[in-house]
Order: sequence, then structure tokens, then C-alpha cells
Amino acid sequence: MTASKTDIANAQAQAHEWPLWEVFVRPKAGLDHKHCGSLHAADSKMALQLAREVYTRRQEGISLWIVRSDQIVASDPADKAMLFDPMEDKVYRHPTFYELPPEVGHM
Amino acid sequence: MYTQAMDTAPKEERAVIRNADEVVAEQRFEAALDADEFIEAKDWMPEHYRKTLVRQISQHAHSEIVGMLPEGNWITRAPTLKRKAILLAKVQDEAGHGLYLYAAGETLGTSRDQMLDALHSGKAKYSSIFNYPTLTWADVGVIGWLVDGAAIMNQLPLCRCSYAPYARAMVRICREESFHQRQGYDSLLHMMQHGTEAQKAMVQDATNRWWWPSLMMFGPPDDQSPNTAQSMRWGIKRISNDDLRQKFVDATVEQARILGVTLPDADLKWNAQREHYDFGAIDWSEFWQVVNGDGPCNKERLAERVDAWNDGEWVREAALAHARKQAARAEKQAA
Repeated sequence: MTASKTDIANAQAQAHEWPLWEVFVRPKAGLDHKHCGSLHAADSKMALQLAREVYTRRQEGISLWIVRSDQIVASDPADKAMLFDPMEDKVYRHPTFYELPPEVGHM
Repeated sequence: MYTQAMDTAPKEERAVIRNADEVVAEQRFEAALDADEFIEAKDWMPEHYRKTLVRQISQHAHSEIVGMLPEGNWITRAPTLKRKAILLAKVQDEAGHGLYLYAAGETLGTSRDQMLDALHSGKAKYSSIFNYPTLTWADVGVIGWLVDGAAIMNQLPLCRCSYAPYARAMVRICREESFHQRQGYDSLLHMMQHGTEAQKAMVQDATNRWWWPSLMMFGPPDDQSPNTAQSMRWGIKRISNDDLRQKFVDATVEQARILGVTLPDADLKWNAQREHYDFGAIDWSEFWQVVNGDGPCNKERLAERVDAWNDGEWVREAALAHARKQAARAEKQAA
């Protein structure tokens, strides 16, 4: 893909498109909000209403979070190794690293 | 199926790899496929993979949206309030399915408007099945039973497709699809068990008209599907057209018996050796005619979509203008 060309085309198309929003649903009290999809809406009020119509038609949730997609800061997949691989050799961060006498019991 | 035009596209060639970085990236991509891992939106992927997915996912989305028309035709004429509420919920689901799929398509760098333009200009296809008319109330039940039944069979394997946003959309869709088939069968069962002779004849007539087009939904025979091998490798197709079609026939025969209708095929009979039902030859000339734009309702369906889009333009513009004005006002007040 020639990224610049595609980006320009997308920007042009999006001038007439309602912005994109990401939808997070809390299935029930005690659970985290979980990302469940996205939708287009002109403003936050409409986004909330549409999210209710699209993502909670069968009692999938009791609470919604909506955020503009272009407001999300995300890590670059190309940095995956740099960001996450260093944790591989830090086994001492896990409880199973420590071998204790069985008499100690569950600790 | 909903993406059957994929099978009717010409055979695709792989693009030539250009530089060393891409060779490494491609190796990593292939290794992920080998390991049955998912590809996420921002991961590197070959252009050919991206293009194929955009086409498949957008065609799938278009099918959901155009698929609202044949049944929407009956919302105001549903025989009871109960059936009307069910049908409304079902058609609303189809709109939702279209939305999940467009959203999945957008993660590949194609805008919603670009995909819709392709549909409205006739460049993109949708499933041939929605170019048949819904003549009676029984058609609504038969669409649930046969058309959604065939859809479920085709869509379940896609829940494990290699492109994660598509797979996630399919999981959501499949969860909702079972209701569609069951409500259709339930409606037909009610007519067959409690209906008048005329109503029973209506169910049989609808079955006769939808049976063959439903079999065609699975796409052309395997030896005429040039992109099957590539699609299987990418996991955007998991089971071949002919195998799925056979599975559908095998499952449907018993359902028809319980319902009390006959399937319109004199050659349909159990083959003990194959342990499958044999069935008659499909009229592929009809399939190609519908795919190429000359089905009973192609022009009507597309015109209805284009009109809906054009008639809604002032609403989309007004909502956007309102949002911009509100944002500007809020900014001014904050300053």
C-alpha cells in the first residue's frame, strides 16, 4: 500500500463521514468494561444511543463507555518485541519461581 | 455464500515481494498462519491478503444490509403482533451484522463510504439470494429456515478465520443467527400444524421456490472456485463450497420431513455408501444470471439501497453540522 495516497483518500472520505467511536460494555456489576466494537456517530450523545441499539440488544450490558477512536493512544505492533519481550527473562516476578519447603504450606 | 462473489472473482496472483524488510515481515506472517495465530489490524500483512479481506468482508456486509429488504417488505403485513415484533428484531439484527462487518472492514484502511460507494455503483457484489422476491408470508419463514440455516453453516467456520477483527465480528453474528433460523422454522411449523390447506400450500410453494437458490448460496462447484486454495490457506474459507452444500442438504432433509413439506428434487435420496444424500443437478446458468445482475430483483434491490442512501444525505449532513456547532459553542464558552 502506498500509505500516503490511502491516507489522503481516507481523510477526504472522512470529511463527510461521521467520526468513529469505540464501544466498551460492562456486562454486569463487578466486571470490567470490555471493548466490543465500534460505530460511526455525529456526536457523543448519538454514539451512546447507537451503542445501546447495536451492542446491548440482548441485555449484554448495564453500562457503556464510548471514546473517539482517534483519541486512543496505541502501541505500535512493530515495537512488540522491544516493549514486551524483556519480561520473558524476569521469572522472579512470578510466585512459582520460589521453591519453599512443603511444610510452609500454601503461601 | 454471503461472500460468494469471492468465488466468482478471477484467480488472483500474488504480488512480487520488493525488499528485504518485506521478506522478513512476510515470513513472520506465514509463520503466524502456520501456528494458527490471529492477524490483528495493525500487524503487517501482504497487500493481496488485505485486498482480498476488504472485498470479502465488504461483500459480506453488503449482503446483510441488502438482506434486510426482502424481509423488511413484510414488517407492515406480519399476521400477528408477535410475528411483527420478531421480524422487526430480526431485521434490526441484520442491520447490526452489517455494521459489525463494515467496522471490521474499516480496520483494513478502507472507509465506510468507500465500501458503500462500491455497492451503490455496482462494483461490489452481495449474495445472489437476496435478488429473489418474497411473494407471501411463508417466504419470511422459509428465509429464516433455509437462507439463515445455510448462512449459519457457512459462517460458523469463519469464527476461526485468521483475520481477528473479522473473526470477532463473526462470533457476535453467529451468536445471534440461531434465533433467525429458529423463528423461521417455528413460524412455518405453526402454519403446517394449525394452518388452513391454503396456508400449508403456501409453505410448500415457498419451499419450492427457495430450495434451489439456497443451494446456490454456497457458490459454484469446487472445481470452478479458483481462489479456494488461497482462501483456505488464509482461513477466510475453512470448508469447501461442495462440502458445505452437502452438509446443508443432509441437515435439511429431516427438518423438511418434520415440517411436513417435500423438497423439490426428484433425485434427492439417501446414499448408504456415501452416507450422504444425493441430490439433483443445480442450474448454474440461473446462478450466473443472478450474480451478473439479471436476477428477478437485482435492479429493484440496488435502487432501493441507493435511494435510501441519497434520501438520508441531508440527515447525515445536518447531524454533522449540529455536532460541529455544538463543539464550537462549547469551545467558545470554555475560552
